Amino acid sequence: MPASAPPLRRRIGALLDRPAWAFWVFAGPFMIGLAVFSYIPILWSVYLSFFEARNTVAPSEFVGLRNYAQMLTSAAFLDSLLTFTLFALFIVPTTVAASLALALLVNRARWAQPFLRSVYFLPAACSYVVAALIWKLSIFNGVRFGLANTVLGWFRAEPQAWLSVTDPPWYWLVLVTLRLWLQVGFYMLIFLAGLQRIPAVLYEAAYVDGARRGWSTLRHITLPQLRTTTAAVLLLNLIAAYQAFDEFYNVLGSDGAYPPYARPPLVYLYYTALGSGQDFGRGTAGAVILALLIAIVTLLQGRLLGFGRERT
Amino acid sequence: MTPAHGPSDGPARTAGARRSPAAAGRAGPAAARRSAEHRRRRRATLAAGVLLYTVLVAAAAAFLLPYYLIARNGLSTDEEITSPEWTLIPGSLQWSNITDLFAGPGSLMATGLWNSAVVAVLQTGGQLLVCSLAGYALARIPYRHAGAVFYAIVATLMIPAAVTFVPTFVMVSSLGWVSSLRGLVIPMLFSGFTAFLFRQFFLNFPAELEDAARVDGLGYWGTYWRVVVPNSLEFFAAIGLITFIGSWNAFLWPLVIAQDAESWTVQIVLSTKITAQTIDLQELFAAAMVSVAPLVLVFLFFQRYIVQGVTETGIKG
Repeated sequence: MPASAPPLRRRIGALLDRPAWAFWVFAGPFMIGLAVFSYIPILWSVYLSFFEARNTVAPSEFVGLRNYAQMLTSAAFLDSLLTFTLFALFIVPTTVAASLALALLVNRARWAQPFLRSVYFLPAACSYVVAALIWKLSIFNGVRFGLANTVLGWFRAEPQAWLSVTDPPWYWLVLVTLRLWLQVGFYMLIFLAGLQRIPAVLYEAAYVDGARRGWSTLRHITLPQLRTTTAAVLLLNLIAAYQAFDEFYNVLGSDGAYPPYARPPLVYLYYTALGSGQDFGRGTAGAVILALLIAIVTLLQGRLLGFGRERT
Repeated sequence: MTPAHGPSDGPARTAGARRSPAAAGRAGPAAARRSAEHRRRRRATLAAGVLLYTVLVAAAAAFLLPYYLIARNGLSTDEEITSPEWTLIPGSLQWSNITDLFAGPGSLMATGLWNSAVVAVLQTGGQLLVCSLAGYALARIPYRHAGAVFYAIVATLMIPAAVTFVPTFVMVSSLGWVSSLRGLVIPMLFSGFTAFLFRQFFLNFPAELEDAARVDGLGYWGTYWRVVVPNSLEFFAAIGLITFIGSWNAFLWPLVIAQDAESWTVQIVLSTKITAQTIDLQELFAAAMVSVAPLVLVFLFFQRYIVQGVTETGIKG
């Protein structure tokens, strides 16, 4: 080996010290992955949405906007968007209110606070599938030995069928409480972190000015200071609600459940694109519509709540 | 709302607040009035405390109830579960419910747990590796087009991952990865959000440490592995744990990809049992218990990092 040539290792090292090379060595694998599993699939699906693509991902029959027109006139798809809207109207405010209230209470607890926080956060360890199992087969199973009916029995009330009857639609109670249980502790943690970031000086100044503890400091200090946190939680919650899938799929069961049971957009897309139909054209058209809808809602909500405008 | 509501703190404290009632009796009528006022206030505070903890404990019981139901039903016989009389604790704990899950060579639960563990570990490790490197490059390596790359990543955050499952499935199926480990893990490694979080984290990494490494003759690669990573382990743990939890509990992607029973994760095994025509309650709850136990343990042992991960990064998934 000639002494003048540096060892290979050293030469690679020297190459890596050029920033442009180093940048791509570090970020290259990620960007390739992102291209293959994000950019290309998204572009490909936009392409597919203009074709007749049943059981094939390499279609030849261009149909223009027909898939979009079919989706936007399909009662089932519009129904699923309506379902989502109803679900979001229930679940987003209740989750935000419950997790904020819980955070305020936990923040006041001076004894056993870490323990209580852990208990409220523990549901986050549970999957939607397991929660669906508990809600469907134990709490709201609709027979006498179910927990909800046992409790009704203590008050001499009639047992309810909960899931097997759609009038009244008690199954919404099942779905909403399930998601609340899984999410409230999680968002509580975020509110708690926001609460603990509020400078104590603000409260002290308010007391010096004669403000009383409780409602007035809550309204004039705590809630305004939590504005950014609340906006973030609302937004994340709304996007999560749009993407509801797991609990609907597992609690309400198979494709045959709709109608009369409600069905959120992702469940509908799942059966359209990947069920027996394998209709990728309409499935991807639906996905594009849904993605646009989420983007619009996100931007609107950002506008309304001034998300990101104040940085603390 | 402030945590200060005990009797002895806060600006509301008065001169007579620390005197005992007996001492107040000997003092003048003004002091007695103050003392009465103080007692009233103290009672109010006590009542507020009792009320607060009643609500908190009731909420805690409600939050733990579903876990209790899993354990109770999982360790009961079918007769106990379906009995009209509510049994708080099963007469004799049916540990055989759990061992029965793993009996026989073709145990779906054993395969499912194994698949979930492999997928969660690989996805966590892979995502940490790939995304942290990208995040470091964006934060610390001066490069002309770094800004453009950053915006290309942020743009993917606008599109919710669940909406892209149809296009990603199309891609994965044309690669021939349906029902395979590769199909379950690899598409999930390239999280724009995780890369973004690492970038934010590395922006605040102390530059003096890196400068010292440069002086010692380390290049970017050496600096990253010998100085940056060892000093960022807490952040890696926080992000890793959140990724692990998300991966173990994931449902939609495994449902789409894992079409043969050999590739089912534990969530798919459970879901198949829940939506089946005939249901064996004790078996199902025992299976749920086994599937959720690892994560409960992870929560109990690594709570600090998980809480840090959730609160520092906002939210993931």
